[in-house]
Amino acid sequence: MRNIGSYNDRIENFDWDIAKEILDWKEGELLNIGAICSDRICDRGDGKKTALIWEGFGDKIARYTFDDLRLYSNGFAQFLSEQGIQPGDRVCIFMDKIPSLYFSFLGILKLGAIAQPLFSAFGDESLEVRLASAGTRAILTTRKHVRKVRKIKDRLPELEKIIVVEGDPDKLKEGEIFFDVENGPVIEEFDAYHSSPETPSVLHYTSGTTGQPKGALHVHNSVWGQALTSSWVLDLQDDDIYWCTADPGWVTGTSYGIIGPWALGITQCVLDSGFTSSRWYKFIQDNRITVWYSAPTAIRALMKDGNELVSTFDLASLRHLASVGEPLNAEAVIWSGEVFNGLQFHDTFWQTETGSMMITNFPGMEIRPGSMGKPFPGIEAAVLDLATHKPLDEYGKVGLIAFRPGWPSMFRQYWKKPDTYRSKFVGASENAMPDELRTNPDLWYVSGDRASIDKDGYYWFVGRDDDVINTGGHLVGPFEIESALVEHEAIAEAAAVGKPDSVNMEVVKAFVTLKPGFEPSDELELDIMNFIRKRLSPLAMPQEIEYRDKLPKTRSGKIVRRYLRAIEWGEEVGDLSSLSDE
Amino acid sequence: MDEMKKIILEYIADEYLDEDDGDEVSYDSPLISSGIVDSFSMVSLKRFLETKYSIKLSDEEATPEAFDTVNSICRLVDKHQG
Repeated sequence: MRNIGSYNDRIENFDWDIAKEILDWKEGELLNIGAICSDRICDRGDGKKTALIWEGFGDKIARYTFDDLRLYSNGFAQFLSEQGIQPGDRVCIFMDKIPSLYFSFLGILKLGAIAQPLFSAFGDESLEVRLASAGTRAILTTRKHVRKVRKIKDRLPELEKIIVVEGDPDKLKEGEIFFDVENGPVIEEFDAYHSSPETPSVLHYTSGTTGQPKGALHVHNSVWGQALTSSWVLDLQDDDIYWCTADPGWVTGTSYGIIGPWALGITQCVLDSGFTSSRWYKFIQDNRITVWYSAPTAIRALMKDGNELVSTFDLASLRHLASVGEPLNAEAVIWSGEVFNGLQFHDTFWQTETGSMMITNFPGMEIRPGSMGKPFPGIEAAVLDLATHKPLDEYGKVGLIAFRPGWPSMFRQYWKKPDTYRSKFVGASENAMPDELRTNPDLWYVSGDRASIDKDGYYWFVGRDDDVINTGGHLVGPFEIESALVEHEAIAEAAAVGKPDSVNMEVVKAFVTLKPGFEPSDELELDIMNFIRKRLSPLAMPQEIEYRDKLPKTRSGKIVRRYLRAIEWGEEVGDLSSLSDE
Repeated sequence: MDEMKKIILEYIADEYLDEDDGDEVSYDSPLISSGIVDSFSMVSLKRFLETKYSIKLSDEEATPEAFDTVNSICRLVDKHQG
């Protein structure tokens, strides 16, 4: 029996309070995600249930119960409190997927502070931009990654605490603090912060077309959206062993790699190791994983390694598969049905800003390979006309995916960027503030993606409505890459666009002009690639660099990315009348 | 072959590891499966090999398994130079 039951019945009888019923949560109870995901599970008698099965590289294995989660998150909350961290302070988590990442995330929320997880592969420049934007007060990291923090700390006056949670304490530098929660004092009781539904909880940074990344701020009330979608879309049930492959540096890794499943008291698995197909299959086999939430890039990489490899593992434990990050192509859906005992991946669509799933393929629903599925019950979705911004009623016509605001997991603001937040809403009045925007049922929140709807209500993804590059399921902003490129000594001007890639959907391609005295060469291309990889991240590294004498520009001197992108995708370049003749 | 191993190991230590970690990697240390080199960074490692040794590696050959150790990388390069 699927948790969702009948999709149509759920649509007709929907109320977000169903999430509270599922969690048996009563009005007046503490609404703090940190406590809901640990203390509350123990209070209901499941303290000895396994919460986390963790495997790292080199056959490292560890298991933790919900009682361990409770104690170790208490430990982090108590320690941070003793360090002077206050409710509302931003605390960055910058580490690989080690157990302390998960404990500290809950501990920060228990304290009432705001968790700011960042992808550990970020280079020092990507890290600096995000810490400076958030005014981050403390960072939790490891010996492996603290070096990047050291490079930038002098330029971050608000960053007061650098806390290293793993490694050799003797190798710390002056001013750094060591804290190993598993060998620290046991904190049986911690009075979790009495958050209101609107108390900020998590700050995730996401990239846009222009400007530096923006911080999407979420609140403790998000748990209802994350828990209900975990129940109805991922179909998580008490005896499931669940694996979300996402890194908590990205929103999937917190909404569905921490909050949703643990609010429901589900056993989760985490694999902190480099990707190889055989390692992933072995992980599923060894841990008898039943529900698997992954990304199209990974699925296509598995597909590339062939059917024979899959057949050498016993994957019979699997019962439900889902996917997120970018559109899952029809071939991958069909392939999964062929090799995973008839199970097809259920594609889900949502964003950092939405906080929880919005349009999805539901368990039990007919999957139309390549389709995003249908809106989650309680979500009013539409495709808006590109010009008028009115909902389209014509099947198959492409428009902007939009949602009526007001769902629990919706982001509450872009950190200190009210104008940017306002720009995401169609129909917003000038000067409307975030609280008015997110509660106004007459507005549309516009996602930035394009789609069409078929006659049966299935949504079909078409592409981004802007220049943001979706590579390996992660959004990368061209502006951030271009800004870093022109810092290279050889580069005069740069444009970054996405080019098609069979595994990652898109990868970054850079077009550059060189300064006098520099000549194009393979060695220079490699040097530029490594320059960006280390400054920003491997995701942002151009996988191809094209040298040009000049870049296409408007008469006002703005580089026209859409022209370059269209060439890469073999599309019509459109109206070029605004381009400069020079 | 020994010279090639040394050059590739040095490149990996310089580009993908921090100063203190350089000594921890040997010719048989896993690079991809350990997470030292991720799938995106493999592209720059491939480009280095192609540039340095004037070879062309196909995507089919540049697998995580083939790139997982300095020794396996050298075997791949050696095959092309053969």
